[in-house]
Amino acid sequence: MLDTFIQGLLLGGLYALFALGLSLMFGVMRLTNTAQGDFIVLAAFGAIAGAALVGATLAALLLLPVAFGFGYALQRWVLNGTLGRDPLPSLVVTFGLSIVIQNALLQVFSADPRSLDVGAFATRSVAVAPGLAVGALPLAVFAAALACTAALQTLFDRSALGRAFRAVSDDREIAELMGLDASKVYALATAIAFVLIAVAGVFQGMRTTVAPSDGPLLLLFAFEAVIIGGMGSFWGTFVGALVLGLTQQVGFRIDPGWGLLLGHLMFLAVLVVRPQGLFPKTRG
Amino acid sequence: MAALVQTSGLTAFYGDAQALFGVDFRLDAGERVAIIGANGAGKSTFLKCLTGLVKALPEMVRFGGRAVGGAAPGEIVRLGLAMVPEGRRLFPSLTVEENLLMGGFARRPGPWSLQRLFTLFPILEQKRRQPATSLSGGQQQMVAIGRALMANPQVLLCDELSLGLAPIVIKEIYDQLPALCAEGLGVVVVEQDVTLAQRVSQRVYCFQEGRVSLEGASDALTREQITRAYFGV
Amino acid sequence: MNTTREPVALAPSSGLRVVRSTAASRAALAVGLVLVAVAASMPFWADSSWLRDFVEIACYFIFAAMWNLLAGYGGMVSIGQQAFFGLGGYVMLLLGNFAGVNPFVAVPVAAVASAVVAVPVSRVAFRLQGGYFAIGTWVIAEVFRLGFANTSAVGGGSGTSLTALRGIDRATREHTTFWIALACVVAAVALVYLFLRSKQGLALLAVRDSEVAAESQGIAVQRVKLAVYVVAAFGAGLAGALYFVGNLRISPDAAFSVNWTAFAIFMVVIGGIGRIEGPIVGALIFFALNKLFSDYGTWYLLGLGALAIVTTIFFKQGLAGFAQQRWGWTLFPTQRRVELDPVVLS
Repeated sequence: MLDTFIQGLLLGGLYALFALGLSLMFGVMRLTNTAQGDFIVLAAFGAIAGAALVGATLAALLLLPVAFGFGYALQRWVLNGTLGRDPLPSLVVTFGLSIVIQNALLQVFSADPRSLDVGAFATRSVAVAPGLAVGALPLAVFAAALACTAALQTLFDRSALGRAFRAVSDDREIAELMGLDASKVYALATAIAFVLIAVAGVFQGMRTTVAPSDGPLLLLFAFEAVIIGGMGSFWGTFVGALVLGLTQQVGFRIDPGWGLLLGHLMFLAVLVVRPQGLFPKTRG
Repeated sequence: MAALVQTSGLTAFYGDAQALFGVDFRLDAGERVAIIGANGAGKSTFLKCLTGLVKALPEMVRFGGRAVGGAAPGEIVRLGLAMVPEGRRLFPSLTVEENLLMGGFARRPGPWSLQRLFTLFPILEQKRRQPATSLSGGQQQMVAIGRALMANPQVLLCDELSLGLAPIVIKEIYDQLPALCAEGLGVVVVEQDVTLAQRVSQRVYCFQEGRVSLEGASDALTREQITRAYFGV
Repeated sequence: MNTTREPVALAPSSGLRVVRSTAASRAALAVGLVLVAVAASMPFWADSSWLRDFVEIACYFIFAAMWNLLAGYGGMVSIGQQAFFGLGGYVMLLLGNFAGVNPFVAVPVAAVASAVVAVPVSRVAFRLQGGYFAIGTWVIAEVFRLGFANTSAVGGGSGTSLTALRGIDRATREHTTFWIALACVVAAVALVYLFLRSKQGLALLAVRDSEVAAESQGIAVQRVKLAVYVVAAFGAGLAGALYFVGNLRISPDAAFSVNWTAFAIFMVVIGGIGRIEGPIVGALIFFALNKLFSDYGTWYLLGLGALAIVTTIFFKQGLAGFAQQRWGWTLFPTQRRVELDPVVLS
């Protein structure tokens, strides 16, 4: 029982990493990135390909600035043009990107699942309490998720950039009146979101095998975590991810085919009973 | 000497609909000028042309002699024009202090700082960490004005400051203006209340259906003149 | 000085007419009728692979037209309409295999079943808006998929076959399927066209443009949105039931695949969102691309995705919309235009 609980929490940590970028992009510019999961898979494959050249650690580290630049460029020159009152253009473009990424990966890597080889780290155990051992990798993922959430929330609440993010998301026109360049601020938000995506992708590749068509499922997990937790707060997303991880883990224990379904049902239940999520941040 | 703000034959469109038909306007340093007119007369459009939110041809709008029509809002605030928007439009996700800091985003050098604003509006210092939209109407108006002042402007545009405020609060706010103008700040005040507009300004422009229908010194214009110009009779 | 003007009454006697069709659209209607007649004769002279292709494209088209109605006119972008597509297929199969109903008859019944299910589903889905509504509908479709995959009575994850048509000879089955497909296409087009010309349709356009303004005019916004959602579900269920009558074999992954919505999106975006002729143009282009490039598998899909991205960014109204703006071509006019008679008012 305790084991299921711990496993669920650690799984939730991974889902939090999936979800933070989605939450950030939606929070700042109301953009729903339907290719979120596919970019995570792309990052994983990038790390795997890079690892063959320079080793896993260096590949993972190099991926972060690359992701930052890529996210910035994508927002600045492609996605900024799709923003507006109508949600359709951004949805279609990101959905199109999803298809493009999946098929490009299929073309380059074939459908065989791959993983990022980190040697013994993937299977090592750590004793966190007398008689209680957890995997080192899941623990690292959880720690990373915690750190990223804290960093992101602090950035938003305390920094000048965070102020700019909140201002432009509240009222773009007035923010521009104060001298803010919305298209650059949006691009920075997406750049940060893509760094988070890269982190998520690297861990996903370490933890399990990845295949080109895995993206959509990861998107659904990220999305469910955001909705369960409540929009507007990164800690909310974090907790939502934990709840999702726990629910899925309980489902897996009942029956292997039930894990995902139970998670979906929990999501729907939250939507029906408390649509604003568990920890919504009320906007004035 | 070049006027602080000058428009010559300013025309502007919303899509295909023409909103302004050749407006001539002038504001000098230290002046307080009021703009009055009915709803839809073009007052807000005019302000938007000054701030860059509505595009116009470059030569139609000049700051200190420099052609700025159609420039981006960011550029214009860096040149020294700030607006207190209609309805305040404070950022709900930001505290009072954060709203004020956003006003200084363009980092224009000048005398205004948080501390100086708190001296001008002491109540704001008390409430600095509260969400800006949790304040009363009058206090929010102070935040909006403070936010504009943080840009260290040479020109301050005030769009309907009195909207939704009690008379005593309106008075308290407008009483601050002369002191500000003494330092050279030029102020444009848009108001629905004609008497109020005349009282707080030195000159008045009356807009009617996208044109200037009357212009003159605030204390020289008669009620009859204004009524005729206001309604276009 | 006091001048007043009486408002001009829009009565026929005052020299103004409300007009809907153009010369182009009247010609198109005639051409359309001829095409339908020609198509109906196809089983007598066309190769059976053509008939199967037509059925498949008919399913794509109906699904896309309904997605178009929901997104372009209803303003609700859904990535989960495949939930009703698959449901239509499974209900048809259940009726055919277990209730002894003729599968051809089961097709419209399955569509109705989808429409009925759409009502409680909307209660959940409508809690979300915009992009999150889109993904939320996708989750719901996934729940459907997993639900059926975990039900062994319908073959679980590997699916099952439509046994109810085993007794019929192949030619008859293929011809009947073809005619039903043709009938469904005509019905779908007529349904959408008549709906949009009606008062409900105008209400829908008003809601799409501004919910608040529409509400203030007395339009029951929630009811209108529900109506569109149910109609779209009906159409999706129809397409699904039809597809699996043609396919004879169903599985959760095929029935509830998000690719259905992906293809619908591409057809509609490339053809033009919100216009009736959009899905037609898109389906024709899609069919052509399918025929030419589907052998290339991943490259084909990649190209499709890239095409959708480029069209969205550079041709916001799609190709049909571009034609309407540029040359005024409208095949299915739903706008009402005012024309002045030569005799001018004095």
